[in-house]
Amino acid sequence: MNYKTWKIGGEAGFGIMVSGLTLSKALARSGFHIIEINEYPSLIRGGHNTVSITFSPDELSAQYKPVDVLVALNKQTIEYHREELGGGAIVIYDGSQYEIEKTPESANFLSVPLLTLAKSVGGDLIMRNTVALGVSMAILGIDFEILSNILTSQFAKKGEKVTTLNVSAARKGYDYIFSNFKEFASKKEAPKQTQKQMVVTGAEAVGLGAISAGMKFFAAYPMTPINAILNLMASIQEKMGIVYKQPEDEIAGINMAIGASFAGVRSMVATSGGGFSLMVEGTSLAGMIEQPIVIVMGMRPGPATGLPTWTGQADLHFVLNASQGEFPRLVVAPGDAQEAFYLTSVAFNLADTYQTPTFVLVDKYLCETRYSTPIFEASKVSIDRGKIATEREQGKEIEFPRYTFTEDGISPRGIPGRKKGVFRANSDEHNEYGYSEESAENTRKMIEKRMKKQMAADKIAPDPVIYGEKDADVTVIGWGSTKGAALEAIKNFKEEGKISVNYVQLNYVNPFPTVAVSRILGNCKRVIDVEGNHNGQMADLIRMKTGYEIKNKILKYDGRPFYPEDIIEGLKKYV
Amino acid sequence: MSDFADFKTPCQPNWCPGCGDFGIWASLKQTLVLLGWNPTDFVLVYGIGCHGHMVNFLQSYAIETLHGRPIPVAEGFHLANHTLPTIVVAGDGDTFGEGTNHLVHAARRNIDIKMILHDNQVYGLTTGQTAPTAQKGFKTKSTPFGVIEDPVNPLAIAIASGATFVARGFAGDIPNLTKIFAEGLRHRGFAFIDVFQPCVTFNHVNTYQWYRDHIYQLPDSYVPNDRGYAFQKSLEWTDKIPVGIFFREDKPTYVDQTPQLSKSPLISLPNAPKETIEKLFEEFV
Repeated sequence: MNYKTWKIGGEAGFGIMVSGLTLSKALARSGFHIIEINEYPSLIRGGHNTVSITFSPDELSAQYKPVDVLVALNKQTIEYHREELGGGAIVIYDGSQYEIEKTPESANFLSVPLLTLAKSVGGDLIMRNTVALGVSMAILGIDFEILSNILTSQFAKKGEKVTTLNVSAARKGYDYIFSNFKEFASKKEAPKQTQKQMVVTGAEAVGLGAISAGMKFFAAYPMTPINAILNLMASIQEKMGIVYKQPEDEIAGINMAIGASFAGVRSMVATSGGGFSLMVEGTSLAGMIEQPIVIVMGMRPGPATGLPTWTGQADLHFVLNASQGEFPRLVVAPGDAQEAFYLTSVAFNLADTYQTPTFVLVDKYLCETRYSTPIFEASKVSIDRGKIATEREQGKEIEFPRYTFTEDGISPRGIPGRKKGVFRANSDEHNEYGYSEESAENTRKMIEKRMKKQMAADKIAPDPVIYGEKDADVTVIGWGSTKGAALEAIKNFKEEGKISVNYVQLNYVNPFPTVAVSRILGNCKRVIDVEGNHNGQMADLIRMKTGYEIKNKILKYDGRPFYPEDIIEGLKKYV
Repeated sequence: MSDFADFKTPCQPNWCPGCGDFGIWASLKQTLVLLGWNPTDFVLVYGIGCHGHMVNFLQSYAIETLHGRPIPVAEGFHLANHTLPTIVVAGDGDTFGEGTNHLVHAARRNIDIKMILHDNQVYGLTTGQTAPTAQKGFKTKSTPFGVIEDPVNPLAIAIASGATFVARGFAGDIPNLTKIFAEGLRHRGFAFIDVFQPCVTFNHVNTYQWYRDHIYQLPDSYVPNDRGYAFQKSLEWTDKIPVGIFFREDKPTYVDQTPQLSKSPLISLPNAPKETIEKLFEEFV
């Protein structure tokens, strides 16, 4: 395996997150594939933060645990992460500031006076990370010019002085390695691939997918892990001709989105489990009045406030069963940045086609992990608004029968404000014209109408993608962000050549590809379920849908994401 | 141009005979005719309570939402299409039991929606429990020994929160209520109208006669342009209770301050062109 992992650690508030983004961009521009993960407690300042980046000239889907280069902005970083150091690891620390114990012996401890170098160009404490970036460039063998270009565009808004300061600080670090630790500087490698790459988090990919899908209205109350979506929307709203509204709470958020959807625009909300708890009643309103909305639900460990800045996949059944009554709740669960982008646009089409709330179910890991990925193709996004009545159709009678009974349960929608064809939406059970009606016959027919839409949706779930050999000895099945670690794990087994393992990615949760999953599981020699929760929620869903019981499970519910090593180790128990 | 017949629906009101809701319903229709609005010229957003049944008896674009939630639904609608006037019709339980938060924020946003509050101090639909607006000591099914809390003051909350049109009317005085509705609907900004609405079935204290004995019209000499004085006036609840327009102010609305909506409503804005989106992607390289 051809990869390396770089990690930077220090107190929150010292620009560690930005360093990660900068290095990721530099690596991606140099032709490497990257996966960047941040880990931080729920604090603004002072907690221990890390960013780690695994990079490889080959395709890469997840991070590996051993750290090859550790940049320590403080002493604690070395104490906390000593055990993660791989053989021959390089540790950058500032020996002029603190003493450290130099173990393990296999590691190389390079003392670089980060603070002194920052001060030498007129910088201060907060610029140590920029010096460290220069150091890292030299050690990883990246062209300094790539870094200086990124810094220049990053600081463009802050003026030339700040830009120059940062570039010189980075240069100091870069040169220091060549002057003092030349033997640790890497030779520049020609990148294997030269395709332009984006460096994007899962959350940003969701946001860009929504924009490409013609989303016009977005309401989101700040909450980890979806903040990057609202930060993006807020900053681009004017340029893109959309409205982002920060509501007073998640209840207001989802109701605003429903109101905007009723007016006729594509609307979205985003939240995490706690916020979604407040959106549950709104979800049922959208279900009852058949108003399309997209709900981005970013899972993190619960119950209650739980682990606000960590990850998990424990809300699958929560989302599938949210709200009172029977109505379709459609769910897609992307597994990486590309899937996040395209499946978000699919979610808008599902919502509009079936006129029902549709979820993009993601997690903290996917939302905040940065992926290098080929540039998204806006032209590949198709927009299907479903059945919307033309102005003429709507105006045929004085009143427009918004909830008219149809074969597939889907009734054409009207647009309020048109001069003819007035109609109403009604959270009470209603008849075809939207008037409240409680007769037994109408109730039965309306519930059947709404559930016919589920049956129509069931027909369009695409078969899940099988990664790896078709007839493998072992089949791993997972959903959402588990994909990355699973793909790396099966690659490892392939390289070892002992047994073959393939991976089935379930990214359509509802509609669920029941027939395909039954067939795939029926033909498998051995199946292992991998997911980030205690109960094996997807395994339960698979059993409910197909009757197939998966007995072997690799479950993780410690707030941390799956690493390839976790799955490899888990698989070894079963094979 | 419109007339009363335009607002007719196939449904007959199911309110109790004599309900104050009839007066509000009649005043609203009179106002719509007065303003010349047709059923397709605006959208009504209802909460849940006796008032919400109006969705069935008044012809218009409408959405009956959940208990407590008409305000945010109306705000979302307005942000998506601010060219269509948006009117919230809500109850006192709706507004001050579940939705107070929404009212406070809608007012401070000065979002250009109008709100009519059905204030009957009691929960009619659930057959007679106390509402947050009920007077201290009021006996209901849920407060058999009398309400312990002080009532919320709808006008004081609206004024304190920054509403730019604040008024109170009486469902038993249709001509004056119609005047207030017309002024409120013409106002640009968040308009809040509290309407005393006798509940003939569950509130035997605040009856039509009780209101007639206690309310008085704010005099012509009252100029509703002083927020502090309006607030003070809103606290007046003695033998005599003022009705009329307490406060109005011209102030930029939320949409006025949203540059992307300066030329056309959101619904008419085209999707960002592919080139603009692709340029956005480039920022992530």
